[in-house]
This record gives sequence, structure tokens and C-alpha cells, in this order.
Amino acid sequence: MAASTFFQQQAQNRRKSLLLAASVALLLAALGFAIGFGLTADPASAVAVTLGALALGVLLTLGSYYQGDRLVLAASRARPVTRDEQPQLYNVIDELAIAASVPVPAVYLIDDSAPNAFATGRDPQHASIAVTSGLLAKLDREELAGVIGHELSHVRNYDIRFALLVGVLVGSIALLADMFLRYTFWFGGGRRSRRDEGGGGGAQALIGVLALLLAILAPLIARLVQLSVSRQREYLADASSVELTRSPEGLERALAKIAGDPEVLEVANRATQHLYIVNPIKKFEARAHGLFSTHPPIVDRVNRLRSLRGVPPLPPAAEQAMAGED
Amino acid sequence: MLIVVIVVLAIVLLLIAVLIGLYNRLVKLRLRVDEAWSQIDVQLKRRHDLIPNLVNAVRGYMDFEQQVLTAVTNARAGAISAGAQGPAAAAAAENALTASLRSLFAVVENYPQLKANENVRALQEELTTTENRISFARQHYNVTTRDYNTATASFPSALIARQFAFSAREFFDAEPGAEAVPEVRLR
Repeated sequence: MAASTFFQQQAQNRRKSLLLAASVALLLAALGFAIGFGLTADPASAVAVTLGALALGVLLTLGSYYQGDRLVLAASRARPVTRDEQPQLYNVIDELAIAASVPVPAVYLIDDSAPNAFATGRDPQHASIAVTSGLLAKLDREELAGVIGHELSHVRNYDIRFALLVGVLVGSIALLADMFLRYTFWFGGGRRSRRDEGGGGGAQALIGVLALLLAILAPLIARLVQLSVSRQREYLADASSVELTRSPEGLERALAKIAGDPEVLEVANRATQHLYIVNPIKKFEARAHGLFSTHPPIVDRVNRLRSLRGVPPLPPAAEQAMAGED
Repeated sequence: MLIVVIVVLAIVLLLIAVLIGLYNRLVKLRLRVDEAWSQIDVQLKRRHDLIPNLVNAVRGYMDFEQQVLTAVTNARAGAISAGAQGPAAAAAAENALTASLRSLFAVVENYPQLKANENVRALQEELTTTENRISFARQHYNVTTRDYNTATASFPSALIARQFAFSAREFFDAEPGAEAVPEVRLR
């Protein structure tokens, strides 16, 4: 975390998230191969199994790719808002769209006094940003710019698309593991080859056991990696926001304010928590130091922003206060 | 013998493809720079159009500060006419306009009734966003210039750049003496 320019931080975050995504793909391949080979001792069908699971995963996610925005906005009770209703919000978004050289996204408002924001959209041409009325009321212009910069960066870094990709892989792993475990549970001993596949016996049984192990562990591991990817992309969005605004203080103060606010966002739920700038489910935030969180801990995010300013990290007292407020 | 010919042909074709790719990338980056430059112009013109409204809105309230308003109006006229005289003159005129607007902002701070007025606040927001847009457009121009200049200077695209006359572009520097202007938070 010693990087001191947003270029360096961005490069690190991108590298880590790509490596993590690649490892999930590898896990899927390993699982598919183990299952296919364990069942039939035939490498070709092993490949077929993997591709089949992947195809199913893609099919299930296609709907989300094209219509996910609408679902998410409706689930969050976001309503479209016009330029006349919120001139300053539109101005801030316009300014940062110029800095980022992206089209201006659709703008939505969530009527809730808890400050928060999210962005959705598969690419900059199909993007939407939603902010709560609480955010507009409680943040000043510079802090709002930091938040909007973060959300716009999610769009221009194609984070939603990236998350969907990782989601497809994770979903395929879960599907494959589930089907395989059902198969061995109901038809048990199918691993013992009924036809003699000439010399495949010992290795096949071993791979079969491996397949079983992977089928149990892989979904969990994949989920953990997915959460790690989510955290890396959050750091990336923070650094990208600074690249746009050239002012880490705005985002820093905004994060502290949002995390410290006692109000609870009523429309938040497990399915949409990963989209917001700060995890809106308070008890999840408290466990933020763990591997099970979609967002990095606020203290770490603030300290990374402070290092961009060339300022030392938060002193222990302030750190306690901020962490305790979650 | 045939194999050798095929391999050599393949290598030559690959090389040509790479060269085309490098050339096209340089073209793309240079066009981005041109577009970013035009964006700055768009925002500067937007500012020209907004100023008469602002001046009229505050004119009634600021009896004693007429010279500030006159300075703004004159600077605006100067900027519009300097637009036709080339980039150096235009830049100088725009900087003068920015300076006069900052003085206006500083003065408005001294009039609490003016600050509280809804219309003035709306217009102040308009000017704030205009200054920010110009600033971000310039920032974006510098970003695209940086990327383009990096491509013209790095190996191997530097070879193509030299061959096809892709020259580096100048960065947009902050106006000289910007530090001397009174501290007014426009953001």
C-alpha cells in the first residue's frame, strides 16, 4: 500500500484483479476436467463438461447483462431525476464526464436520508448513476465530486462488466459442482467404470476423488476470490476518482462522512450491497476486515487516499473512531 | 525451398501488419488530442455566453463595485475578439477573463445579501461549473497530449512517428501568475 501515485495504485489494482479472475477461470477448468475425467476417463469429454458448464453460466447471465440495470434501479427504488430538479448534481456529473471523456450517464435519485451512491451499466454508453437524497444533503461539492468520480470510474473501468464475467465463472463453478455432487449422491459409484477403459482405472479413481473434493471446495473458494476481486475494483475506482478530480481530499472526507453516518439505507439488501460506494449493510461493514466483504475497510481506503496526498496514514485514535463508527 | 519462401512471406506480412497497427494508433491518439482541444473551445464559448446574465443579475446590488463589473464585461469582449487572433492571443485573453471573474467572486463574498440571493447563487453555481468544465477540459487535453507524446517518443512507434511526421504537441500550462490571484474556492 506504499504506492504514492494514482497511476501506480491503478496499475496494481488492475493487475491483482486480472490475476484473481484468471485464477477463477483456472479453477473452473480444473473442476470441469476433474469431473469429466473422473467420470469417463476421457479427456475430450472433460473439456466438453467444462465448456458445457460455461455455456450454461453464460446463458443464465445474458439476461443480467442486458437488463440488469433496470432490475437494480427498480430494486433500489431509484427514480429518474431531471437537470432542473438537481442542477448542481448534473453539473458535477457533466464536469467529471468531460474529465473522463465519457458520455453523461442517466441520473437517478433514491429518496433516503442515508448517504450512498451506486453506478450500473455494461459500458459508458449504457450507464446509470444513482445517488440518495441524503448524499446530496450531507456532502459538499468537492465531496460529491469525489463520489461521482468513483462511480463514473466504475463505469469507465468496465467494472460492472468485469464483475459479471467473474460472476459467470463463479456461477458456472457452482452449477457444475452442484450437478456433480447430486450425480454422485444419487447414482453413487458411477465413478467405478462399468466399461473397461483400458488402464484408466487407478488414475481415474484418484481424479474422481479430486473431483469430489473440488466440487465441495471450489464454490467457496471461487466466492472468496470473487469478493477479493470486488475489493480490488473498489480500490481501483477510488484511485481513478482521484485521477479525475486530482483532489484526494474530497473523496476522503466523503468516505468518512458516509461511513460515519448513523442512518441505514432502507433499500439495501444482499443482492445489491456490492454496488454501493460504501457497503450499506452496517453489520457487514463491521466484518469488513474479513475475506467475506465486498468492500475494503474504510480505514484502508482512507489511508490509500492519504498516501496519494503524501500525508501519513490515520493516527490510531482516528483509526479507532472511524472503524468504530461503521 | 518453398518453405523458406512461405516463412519469409509470413514474416514480411506480419511486419506490415504491425507497422499499420502502430500508424493507426498514432492517428487515433492524435485525433483524441484534437478533439480534446475543441472541447476546451466549447467550454470557453459557453462561458462567453453566460457572463452577460451574471453581470445583469448582480448589477443592481453592487452599486459601489461597478468597475469590477465593467472589467468583467471588457475582458469578455476581449476574449471573444482575441479568438480570431490565434491560440496565443486567445489563451492570454481567456486568462484575463478568468482573473476578472475571480475578482468578481471575491467581491461577492463581501455582500451577504447578495450571497443569500437565490438567483445569484444559481448563477454562481453556473459560473463555478463553467470554470470547472474549462479546467477539466484542459486537464483532459493534457492527458490525451501525454498519451500521444508518449507514443511519438517511445520505441517502436517513434520510428513510424518520425517517418510520417507525427510531432509532439504542447501541454496546456496554467496561466502565469495564477498563484498571485486571490484564493477563492470555486469548487
